[in-house]
Amino acid sequence: MTTLNHKTRQWSYFSLYFIWIALFVIAPVALIIYQSFFGLDHQLTLANYKNYLSSAVYLKMTLNSFVYAFLITLITLVISYPTAYFLTKLKHRQLWILLIILPTWINLLLKAYAFIGIFSQTGAVNHFLTFMGIGPQQILFTNTSFVLVAAYIQIPFMILPIYNSLVDIDPAVIQASHDLGANNFQTLWRVIFPISINGVRSGVQAVFIPSLSLFMITRLIGGNRVITLGTAIEEHFLTTMNWGMGSTIGVILILIMFLTMTLTSGTRKAGTRKNHGKA
Amino acid sequence: MKRFGIFAAIILIVSALLGLGVHALNKASGQDNASKTLTIFNWGDYIDPALITKFEKETGYQVKYETFDSNEAMFTKIQQGGTAYDIAIPSDYMIEKMHKASLLLPLDPKKIKGLQNIEPQFLNQSFDPNNRYSVPYFWGTLGIIYNDQYVKAGEIDHWSDLWAPKWQNKLMLVDSARDIMGMALVESGYSMNSKSPQQLRQAADQLNRLAPNVKAVVADEIKMYMIAGEAPVAVTWSGEAAEMLANNDHLHYVVPSEGSNLWFDNIVMPKTAVHKKAAYAFINFMLRPENAAQNAQYIGYATPNKKAQALLPKAVREDKQFYPDSQTMKNLEVYQDLGPKWVEVYNDLFLEFKMHN
Amino acid sequence: MAKHKHWGGRLYLIFAFALLYTPILYLIYYSFSSGTNMSTFKGFTLSHYQTLFSDSRLIVILLDTLLIALLSSLVATIVGTMGALGIHTLKQRKLQNFILSLNNILMVSPDVIIGASFLILFTTLGIALGFGSVLASHIAFSIPIVVLLVLPRLKEMNGSMVDAARDLGANRWQILSKVILPYILPSIFSGFFMALTYSLDDFAVTFFVTGNGFATLSVEIYSRARQGINLEINALSAIMFIFSILLIVGYYFINQYTQSRRNKRQRGGAYLQ
Repeated sequence: MTTLNHKTRQWSYFSLYFIWIALFVIAPVALIIYQSFFGLDHQLTLANYKNYLSSAVYLKMTLNSFVYAFLITLITLVISYPTAYFLTKLKHRQLWILLIILPTWINLLLKAYAFIGIFSQTGAVNHFLTFMGIGPQQILFTNTSFVLVAAYIQIPFMILPIYNSLVDIDPAVIQASHDLGANNFQTLWRVIFPISINGVRSGVQAVFIPSLSLFMITRLIGGNRVITLGTAIEEHFLTTMNWGMGSTIGVILILIMFLTMTLTSGTRKAGTRKNHGKA
Repeated sequence: MKRFGIFAAIILIVSALLGLGVHALNKASGQDNASKTLTIFNWGDYIDPALITKFEKETGYQVKYETFDSNEAMFTKIQQGGTAYDIAIPSDYMIEKMHKASLLLPLDPKKIKGLQNIEPQFLNQSFDPNNRYSVPYFWGTLGIIYNDQYVKAGEIDHWSDLWAPKWQNKLMLVDSARDIMGMALVESGYSMNSKSPQQLRQAADQLNRLAPNVKAVVADEIKMYMIAGEAPVAVTWSGEAAEMLANNDHLHYVVPSEGSNLWFDNIVMPKTAVHKKAAYAFINFMLRPENAAQNAQYIGYATPNKKAQALLPKAVREDKQFYPDSQTMKNLEVYQDLGPKWVEVYNDLFLEFKMHN
Repeated sequence: MAKHKHWGGRLYLIFAFALLYTPILYLIYYSFSSGTNMSTFKGFTLSHYQTLFSDSRLIVILLDTLLIALLSSLVATIVGTMGALGIHTLKQRKLQNFILSLNNILMVSPDVIIGASFLILFTTLGIALGFGSVLASHIAFSIPIVVLLVLPRLKEMNGSMVDAARDLGANRWQILSKVILPYILPSIFSGFFMALTYSLDDFAVTFFVTGNGFATLSVEIYSRARQGINLEINALSAIMFIFSILLIVGYYFINQYTQSRRNKRQRGGAYLQ
């Protein structure tokens, strides 16, 4: 009687949640894999994969996406780590960390839009360059501006996990390190950094995967001179209507995602921030 | 538990209020369902709103106006059939494609008044022989727009001029596989509807050589960037160009005489049409010279209605930029629906070009 | 030594914050310019705000965006909490972990994949794209975060509390509503707020699954930003910035409240862990 009761209770908890898992987790992944085996003529085929693997364009695009995602992650990390570190030293840390979060609440489209103004021929940066006597430069629609804007948008998502791992460090550990004769640098490199490595891992996951699949910024800031896997998926689904090929690239992206997760997940559980709103 | 219940109730009440607000606002802007309505599916900002008001007053129909921003998006919506669109205004090749997909209703010639107002050269096109399914709305070309602060007159008259090293990193292109591949095909001396792999390969190679000059491949954005003087040269459609010219006196538009695209946006009645009588009334209303002329003045596109052309100011109807001479007109080509396989080839080559650095 | 280091740190933080806020303030600054572009400030005006408030299409979109956000967060919170309760009652570790990894798939998938696969899903099911499909998608991608926020709180709960309630003769429903739910309520609220953030912040998923003229703010901004610089958008960002500040203050207080009620051990972040 009790076991039966227990079972029914479990099921009542689970019913809606299971429907969700079936409908919005399993079904979409299954469908995208299924779709990737269909050509334009709605025939079952491996042509999309053959096309992908034999096309210099797609392979180069994959490589490019990797390079860009790597650069974006690296820049983000270099800027974020010291920020997170110094934040832990502040008095009203809770408040400051909220101020780091605040920009993520501004829609990223608006931020991209701001950069169109800042980087344009007559924008703030070029005003400054002209003032310095260098003269206006082409900034918008360059690879550099694309990487910078993407990194800008990702910064808070890198700071947070690193900050969380740094703030957990017991001050006694640092004290102990000093007592044992380590200088500041040694303490940072030998003690603090290893402890915060899990935060860095989460941050890298949270930034690298979405960076692989950016699509909106490639257009607004990169002027479509930068094409990532995300751009290609978006084009195939919404412009050229070749869902089969779009799904194929999607499946490849999913594979890369799992690979990245496996490589970066140490002891800690998978990424805690949704890669949200960043494509 | 109780607190969450109260919280949930508050959220639901707020949601209901928001929903009511949306409903009220939609109603205020005339989007509700009345029986005597006409639902038009058109490009954004592609009709003089005063004409809609005039039509409503004259006929008593209430117009619901919905917009799309690409032929493909429109195709998908009509195919899905969620909304009862009575009128749609797709472009040439799309009309052919919709016809092939049985998404169009044939027009009854007896119910259409004023087709003779249309210039004969714009009727009976390959995409719709004898205009069984469509009536011309606007037409235009693909061409080059430049800013005379950076480009001397006569410096850019032909497609080949764009390849000059002088324009390194200066050129903006529309993000459209068909148009840019078409441009490269013409430049290589072939038809814009080419289905020859060799010709396409050659055109693609030629296009890849253009890559150093290309600053960005975008679409609507070209308008703002050209007006702001961000780029000196761009390849775009005449309709877009008209709007840019109106906002910046330094801009000029040329249609290369060796050939380019001639496009049409025609009025059709999709399968989803319910209010057919209203649809015919609208087609006839737009065929009337005074209305077509008013619309052309408002939008700035070229009208196929010759009686309407006569009503336009001389400076407009003799503007070579938008009403090219017969010599150029002869070299213009209308896009055909190439079928999914060839469209894919065009798309792949265009993607290759975008990736080319 | 410490002082010296502090200086460097402070300077660096000033740099970091300036970096984060410059674009946003740049937008807001030009929302008051009477010019037409973002390169020269032409003189103070509020006219862009006036245009904004009389733009009924934009206001409809704003209301729709809020409606989607509130409804989707509410449903996601309920389903997610039920899911967390369900997972918690499971005895086998392995099964728990398996369900959790399914749960996390949507957390780590790039937006493009979520958007594209949902688009295939809706098309396969024959669901018309529009309000319904956008709402369903927002609910779907918000559920996992609710589960991830509620579950740890359930784990923290002392089992003896439930036992005590049972000993006192409470039935299952009473245990749930009188003991468990009040205890996990703060995490349910955090879940709701995170879901709200996801929904308001989303662009890519909505971009894929919307249709029939329905748009949320981000989708609308995308199409307007492509039309050209329009300072009405700047005015909109200023208002959204203020709105965000209000939301974050709300979140801050809820979080403070959570913390004060929570036992000692709570990891530092105000955001999710």
